[in-house]
Amino acid sequence: MMDFWLERIYFGVCAAMAIAGAIGTVAFPNPIRGAMSLLFTIVAIAGMYLQLHAPFLAAIQLIVYAGAVVVLFLFVIMLIGPAATATRDARGLLARAIGGLAASAVSLQIILVLSRKVFARVPVAQGGFGSIESIGDLLFGEYLVPFEISSFLLMIAIVGAVAVARGKQPDPQLADEGETKAPKPTAEAHP
Amino acid sequence: MNAIPIPAFLVVAGIIFGIGAFGFLVRRNVLVALMSIELMLNAINLTFVAFNRAYPHNHTGHVFAFFVIAIAAAEAAVGLALVLSFFRLRKTVRSDEGDLLKN
Repeated sequence: MMDFWLERIYFGVCAAMAIAGAIGTVAFPNPIRGAMSLLFTIVAIAGMYLQLHAPFLAAIQLIVYAGAVVVLFLFVIMLIGPAATATRDARGLLARAIGGLAASAVSLQIILVLSRKVFARVPVAQGGFGSIESIGDLLFGEYLVPFEISSFLLMIAIVGAVAVARGKQPDPQLADEGETKAPKPTAEAHP
Repeated sequence: MNAIPIPAFLVVAGIIFGIGAFGFLVRRNVLVALMSIELMLNAINLTFVAFNRAYPHNHTGHVFAFFVIAIAAAEAAVGLALVLSFFRLRKTVRSDEGDLLKN
């Protein structure tokens, strides 16, 4: 009986945190506060993963999202500086209103469909359900090829992010062409 | 012996997805739009894990959520690099200033 109520209270706290953080992410004019609210949501969702017998995903969620993605957002917001808080004006008000209405209608429908009683019965999880061993077995067995391909994707994303964020640098080769030959410190200097 | 029915998680995920979609369509700050995308991806991950809890004979939902997290990280890195590049070009982060292809 005690466990029952504890689980309900835990879920309620996590759900309230997640929804409040989501509203904050969208509503705060200052993106730094938005990023902090996003962190709130992410931690709350990690808590819900724990309740759903997914401790591995909870850890990954905290490491990748809370540890990397939110910090990346904060870095970029601070690089941009005060301009990151965009000034508001009335342009595109109609399009935004239509977009907001459409998003509300679609999400209301999603919530209505998901809240049906079809999945109300929760089956008992086996002993190894959601354990790191079983997921590791799957990742390095059945899903080995997608796993390796995702590492390629991350590599390409790193290269692409660096290439895009670096911008146009003046090419040192072209800049030196008109000048007199300067002695280059190369490996030839060493016998 | 689980006090929380699966639809409760699904409804929370639906609400978070709706808030993310709303923010993506209504806000004009590119950074907030990217954060709204992260919200939607998180909501989808939550539904994957919750459905996997409803059918616990395999781990497909967990593996899918894992890949979604990996791809969301890549997407955030490239998206933020694009935001930086955009900011360098237009000195703003308002998405309706990105109109170089207009007329």
